[in-house]
Formats: sequence, structure tokens, C-alpha cells
Amino acid sequence: MPSDSALRIVWIYPDLLSTYGDQGNALVLEHRAQRRGIETETIHVRSADPVPETGDIYLIGGGEDRPQILAAERLRRDGGLHRAVARGAAMLAVCAGYQIMGSTFGGEEGQPVDGIGLLDISSARGPARAVGELVAEVDAALGLPTLTGFENHMGVTRLGPGVRPLSKTVKGVGNGDGFEGCYAGHVIGTYLHGPALARNPALADLLLSWRVGELAPLDDTRYEQLRQERLSTVLAS
Amino acid sequence: MTQLPLRAQLASALGRSAATLSRMTGRGDGSVIGGRVGLMLEPDLLRQLARDRKLALVSATNGKTTTTRLITSALLELGEVATNAYGANMPAGHVSALSQHKSAPYGVLEVDEKYLPEVLDTTGAGVVCLMNLSRDQMDRAAEIWLLAQKWRRALSGKPTHVIANCDDPLVTWGASTAAKVTWVAGGQRWKEDSWSCPECGGPLERKGVDWACRECTFHRPEPQWVLDDDAVIDPRGQRWLLDIQLPGLANRSNAAMALAVSEAFGLPVERALPRLREVTSVAGRYTTVERDGRHARLLLAKNPAGWLEAFDVTDPSLPIILSVNAQGPDGRDTSWLWDVDYRILRGRPVFVTGERRLDLALRLEVADVPFALCSSFSEALAMQPPGRVDVIANYTAFQLIRSEFGRAV
Repeated sequence: MPSDSALRIVWIYPDLLSTYGDQGNALVLEHRAQRRGIETETIHVRSADPVPETGDIYLIGGGEDRPQILAAERLRRDGGLHRAVARGAAMLAVCAGYQIMGSTFGGEEGQPVDGIGLLDISSARGPARAVGELVAEVDAALGLPTLTGFENHMGVTRLGPGVRPLSKTVKGVGNGDGFEGCYAGHVIGTYLHGPALARNPALADLLLSWRVGELAPLDDTRYEQLRQERLSTVLAS
Repeated sequence: MTQLPLRAQLASALGRSAATLSRMTGRGDGSVIGGRVGLMLEPDLLRQLARDRKLALVSATNGKTTTTRLITSALLELGEVATNAYGANMPAGHVSALSQHKSAPYGVLEVDEKYLPEVLDTTGAGVVCLMNLSRDQMDRAAEIWLLAQKWRRALSGKPTHVIANCDDPLVTWGASTAAKVTWVAGGQRWKEDSWSCPECGGPLERKGVDWACRECTFHRPEPQWVLDDDAVIDPRGQRWLLDIQLPGLANRSNAAMALAVSEAFGLPVERALPRLREVTSVAGRYTTVERDGRHARLLLAKNPAGWLEAFDVTDPSLPIILSVNAQGPDGRDTSWLWDVDYRILRGRPVFVTGERRLDLALRLEVADVPFALCSSFSEALAMQPPGRVDVIANYTAFQLIRSEFGRAV
């Protein structure tokens, strides 16, 4: 049994949105916390169950159109995620999960569907599917190294004044406006799979540090080898 | 068989010549180029080649090639069978297979999941065998719920007899518009893509092997055939010990499907089963290759469900080599590695290679599975002590290993 002080990682609706290896984000957070002696508890919240309010880091992943619509409906009805974010919880929303965080997104036939309004963004169906490796330079205010990952989506996302772009794209499509992802407070949205936190351990540490403060350094050789291989291959192509 | 029209005869013959030329010049087995040439000369060639034959189409995410092979072996009991044995599973491959066996009264065609509606429309196949659907190469494959929906539309209003695995809810949904369905309880190990109801999106409830939607009436149909561990129970309640040579639960499931398909062709179990037992390897899968006293058994796994099946076949007492690429046919996104639970490999000597070995290396590190990184399969093999070793590789990594051994496996 994890103690009350354990870091609570909440994975939202793996039964609907976990099509692209997004489980990896939870595994990387657990692993990086545990290697620093931080106890973790990971909670898988199925879509029929209430979203707990007392989690530390919330994750939501990518998926197909129909589950995306179902997930948005259920999160709106449930309200648990809104209360958690209002309490200061950290959140990483990926791809379909990222789009849900906004005011609207494009449904199966491109029709606008209501999002849950946790980020000041709106998304719609774009003209073509964006599939491939992405490289982007992160907003200087966050002090993170280059972002790397794999995008696979048809969305175009417009950022409102209530969010800042997470990064400026060097390769790839991202939001469709030269930027990739966005953030506001402790909520981050991104189109990146890979999974995002496996490709970008500094982003994982940012989420962790928002909840537990300063972090001890880790031996990141494996992460760095993968990042270097991906970045050099993608930038050379 | 009725005679093909002249144009189709010519198209078919030229296609076969192109295939022969391709094989002779070492470019491949020729099944795709031959079919392409034929289709270019006569776009209606597949329909004409399919006419007057008794055809079975076989589709799924995993096990297509093996099940096609098993059904083919069984139907040889009835007569000559045309088949695309090498996994060229799009229309060009089907044209090539049927051209090469012009007089075969039977055909068993492996069909890519996306092409099933088109190939069914064109060939008017009498039997369709559907086994499983799960996440696979997300960067290029269609989303699986959409695939199942297309199957529904394609099967609706046709006289096709479908043999389908009712333990996979999405396959069940995809098959259930057909006029006639024989349900086979073939098992489902990978369940991560079937937690919600394909009909309404509600949560699926599972009790043992049974499943039903909590919010609508969609539920598991009563199976006529049941895979029960190492045996199959037929529609009359008779139990048949499978005793096939292909290893693992997934292949016993494939064999159960093959027996049900055989019966749809009028071939009883007692004649089909001995034929299934003769199959030992399929396009290099499950075969053992040898170099310098190292005996490596080759397993192909292309997606998370496939890795789960491959782990079931491997011998936990042996070292294991894993090879992962991310070329076009593999899918260029390696995120799926994070859907595979590698912790089962803890305690085994693990060797990692392939073009995307660094992705796999990080995945294993996070799963706390120690491993050695190798720059090539040959290096990984040379690091083994003499004796047996298991190998799991994804598609192009597997083909590369096969070609190192002259594809003679």
C-alpha cells in the first residue's frame, strides 16, 4: 500500500484514449520519481469511474475520433479533473487529449464538438494528416532542451491569449501555426507521442518538480542516446 | 472452370512472366509485380480470375499468414488450392496467386484489413474468416473501429458465410451484419483495445470469457466452436485434441478458425486436422536457423498483441534477442513499444538490436529489464553460448534476419 504522501499519478481513461503508447508517459514519471526515492501511486481511471480530485499529475492520451468525443462528454459531466486543476494539480494532455482541453475540436465528420475548457485553445480538423517526427524549441521561460517526438493527427489548434505556446516547431506541423503545444499554469498540451516524456525527460521532470520541488539529477544516458539519435536523424533528413 | 476471356488470359500470362523474371533476377518472390502487370492490362482481372472458384478470404491484425496457410493445407484434401502464401495481401498479390493456379477450384486469400471490403466486392468470396483487430502501425493504418465499420458495410446484404472470433468484441461487431456467421470462441489475450462497446461506446463488462455492454444490448454471441486450451470442441460437442506443431496459444486459435472454415467448405474435422498438423513453419516464422552452433528460433511480432503472443511461445529458460526497426512496413512511430509489457523478460539474458534499438533500450531500462546492446543481429548471435536462443523481431527486422540465412526457411 503506498503511503498518503506518495505522488499520485492519474491516468485518465486508458479505455478510451491510450492508442499510441501514451502509457509510457505514466511509466516514465513513475520511474524517474522512484529513482529519486519518491514513492508513487498510479491510478488508472476508466471512463465509467469518477476522476479523483486529489491526484498530483494527470495524464490523458491520444485516440480515435469517437472515443475522443466520449471522453470529452464524460470529463465535462464528471468535473473531477476541473477541480483537480483548480487545486493546482499538474497535467499533460496529448494529441486527442490535448484537443479536448480546449473549447472545441473537430469530430468524426469535422463537426465542431465541445471540449472541456481547461486550456484557452480551439481545434478543428485540418486539411491533411500530419504524420512524422517533430522537432521544436521550447519556450525560453520553461528552460527546457529541444522537444522531440512523433506526431500523428489531423487537428489544427489555435491558441488564445490565456495560454503560451509550448514550443516553436523546427520540423513538423504541431498546432499548424508554427508552434507546437501550449501551456498555462501547470497544464501542458502537446501533439507529441514517442511517448512525449520518454523522448523529453526534462519535460517529465518539469511536471514532477511542480509537485515535489527541486529534483536530484539522474543518469540520463539512455534518454540522451535516444534523443541524439532521433534529433540528428530527423534534422539531417 | 470456365475459360477466361482472351484479354484476361493474356494479362494473366504476362503477369506470370513478370513474376518469373522478378524471381530470376533476385528482386523478390514476384507476387506483387506479377499482379500489378496483370491488373494494368486488365483492371477486371481479379474478378475474372475469382469467378467460378470457391474462395475464402482471411483477415485480422495478427495471424493472417499463418491461418491462410493452415486453411490451405486443410483444403488441399479437397483439391488444388490457389493461395498468396507469402503475405502479398493486396489485390496485386491476389491476382498473382490466382493466376499461378488457373485451374484450382479453391482459393484461400490472405487480405489486408483495409482491403477486405474491396476484395470481397470484387471476388464475391463465399467464405470470410475474421480473427482479431488491435492497434497496429498507427502512422499508416486506419483506426480499427473505422476498419470494423467498413467490414460491417461490406458484409451487409451479401450471402457470404463469415467465420468470426466472438472473443474479440470488435471483430464480433464487424462480422455481425453478415447473413450467416459461425462464431468461434478463439480467445483474446490482448484486451487493451476492447474496453468499450463498439456499438455505443459504453463500458464492456467481462465475466470470465463472456462479455457484454453495460449500456446497450451488444453482447458476446453463443459460439458454435470453442477453443479449450489444447483442444477444439466442434458444434456437435465433440472434443478434438489439436496437437499441432506450430507453437503457442495464438496458433491453436488460428487452428480452431481453420477447422471451422474447413467445415464451411464441407471438409470434416477428421480430414482437416491431420493436414493442420503437417504445418511446421510459415514464411520463416517459428523456424529455427543455425550458425556456429547457435540455434535461433525466429518469431515475428509486429504490434503489442503480437509481442504478447510471441512471449507465450518463447522458452523462459533461454536467452532472447529482440530486433526492432521502424521502416514503412513496420510503422515509423515506435510509441507502441510502450504498450508492450517487457517485465516478463526479467531474469533472462536479453540482447537488443535493430535500427531502433535505442528506443527499445530506453523502454527496457524503464521496465527494469537488464540487456546488452548489439549493433547487428550477427553480433547478437555471436554473443550467445552455443545452444538455443529465441529471437523476436518486427517486420523488416525479421525479413533482414531471414535474408541473412538465404530466406531458405
